[in-house]
Amino acid sequence: MAYEIVVLTNMAIAVLFALSLNVITGFCGQVSLGHAAFLGIGAYTSAMLSKEGVPLIITFIPAMGMAALIGLIVGVASLRVRHDFLAITTMGVVFLFTGIVRKQEILGGEIGIAGIPAPDFGRVGLFATSLLCVLAYLLLTIWIRRSWTGFAFDSIAEDEDTARLLGINVPKFKLFAFVVGTAGAGLAGALYAHQVRFIGPDSFGFVESISVLAMVIVGGIGSIWGVILAAAFLSALPQFFQVIDDYKLLVYGLLLFGAMRFAPEGIDGLLKKIVRRRAVK
Amino acid sequence: MIAKRLQIKNVSVKFGGLSALEDVSFEVDDNQLIGFIGPNGAGKTTLMRVIMGMVNPLSGSVLLNGRNITNLTSVQRIHAGVALGQQIVKPLRQMSLLDNVALASGGKKLLSPMRALLVQKRHKERELARELLIQVGLGDHSEKLPSELPLGYLKRLEVARALALRPSLLLLDEPLAGLSKPEAEQMADLIYNLPRVGLSVILIEHNLPQVQRICPILYVQSNGRQLAFGLTKDVMADPAVRQAYLGVGA
Repeated sequence: MAYEIVVLTNMAIAVLFALSLNVITGFCGQVSLGHAAFLGIGAYTSAMLSKEGVPLIITFIPAMGMAALIGLIVGVASLRVRHDFLAITTMGVVFLFTGIVRKQEILGGEIGIAGIPAPDFGRVGLFATSLLCVLAYLLLTIWIRRSWTGFAFDSIAEDEDTARLLGINVPKFKLFAFVVGTAGAGLAGALYAHQVRFIGPDSFGFVESISVLAMVIVGGIGSIWGVILAAAFLSALPQFFQVIDDYKLLVYGLLLFGAMRFAPEGIDGLLKKIVRRRAVK
Repeated sequence: MIAKRLQIKNVSVKFGGLSALEDVSFEVDDNQLIGFIGPNGAGKTTLMRVIMGMVNPLSGSVLLNGRNITNLTSVQRIHAGVALGQQIVKPLRQMSLLDNVALASGGKKLLSPMRALLVQKRHKERELARELLIQVGLGDHSEKLPSELPLGYLKRLEVARALALRPSLLLLDEPLAGLSKPEAEQMADLIYNLPRVGLSVILIEHNLPQVQRICPILYVQSNGRQLAFGLTKDVMADPAVRQAYLGVGA
């Protein structure tokens, strides 16, 4: 049972992480190749505070705040770049993050931070907390999607210049997406740090950024339920099948390639197509 | 003194060494439809972009209803009452026509994501969008996607979307370009009626017969300078205009 709880907690954290990227890339159309940096910022903030005796739940706030603050700074710096230039800029963020962490003794340097205290409420409690966090973030993203913010995001994702001519304050909306998305990643990071209880710079590198992007793309860019499905599935697979864990990069790479080539709208698009075909018949 | 709807005062624009606009000044009154003509490269679109805040003038100022808007961003100008219908139509292709127009009528909500986050209802904006689509003759197509419709319809959508911004000044950049003769006539009729609902309209257009038919006033620009400005009949009889624009005997 304990193993299943660990797997389920990992799935919940992956879903939260993927949902947070979905706000930036899926809703607002801003490609980010460095999202793992914000998972790392949340993880390090939470782990360090936790080691100082701050209860896990309380560390959520500074973990989200710190990730959102850095997210805001990255967002401001990225306002003038789009598409592939934005992708390269955000990719730089993750290299910058791991580069800085490696050189800071206070952050554990290359070795990382070990001995992160286990939460008082045990493994089941951590799973329940993760589930509650996913639920809260899910409700927030559903609310955003249905609100005028989501309506404006749709136009920005498709064509920023047209959105501007419709009177939309594009920079403010993009920054909002960065803040909400990176705060979500920070929260996922806080949970992750207490799930694995050891973190190092390699846990938040470029590969992790691509992995979460694969979850969003395979699920269907912008689709909440598709991304949840893909994140849950892709995070669980390596834990059940050792061979997939060994060849994780290859599997994720193939899935990314396959999705972009054969189903650019992801699982969500495929399911909708099937439903439409059935309706026609 | 009653403020003019639009005042352009001594506006000059240079792109590198090239002078695109030289000391251009003119005024637009309330509920006025002005035809804006000139040969290719005359600087018409540049002037539109100056009014919209997409190009910063080297000197001069732009006043809307007496308010100096020279230093405002495009989005601020749109919320101050200027709207642009672009020459190359750019509908949001993932949204229905109705949503394309409804989004534009979002008003102040579109200035702040926090304010927009508090609102989920779209009924009021959709109602307004439906009325505008009927006004431009697209009432029967409101639920369709832009990809399902031909260019003539998308040009009308562009006008409906600009109207949804509730502007006091509407700039239309070649709305008749690419349309068949009957489509151009319909669109021209639509534009002709806009000043009756309280709008001032600047119409950039190369379709001279339609411009002469619907615009009581013409502004002619050539090589970045004002060539003529006045009643259509007088402007078209001006030998300098005929020489510069039509290439016929001065």
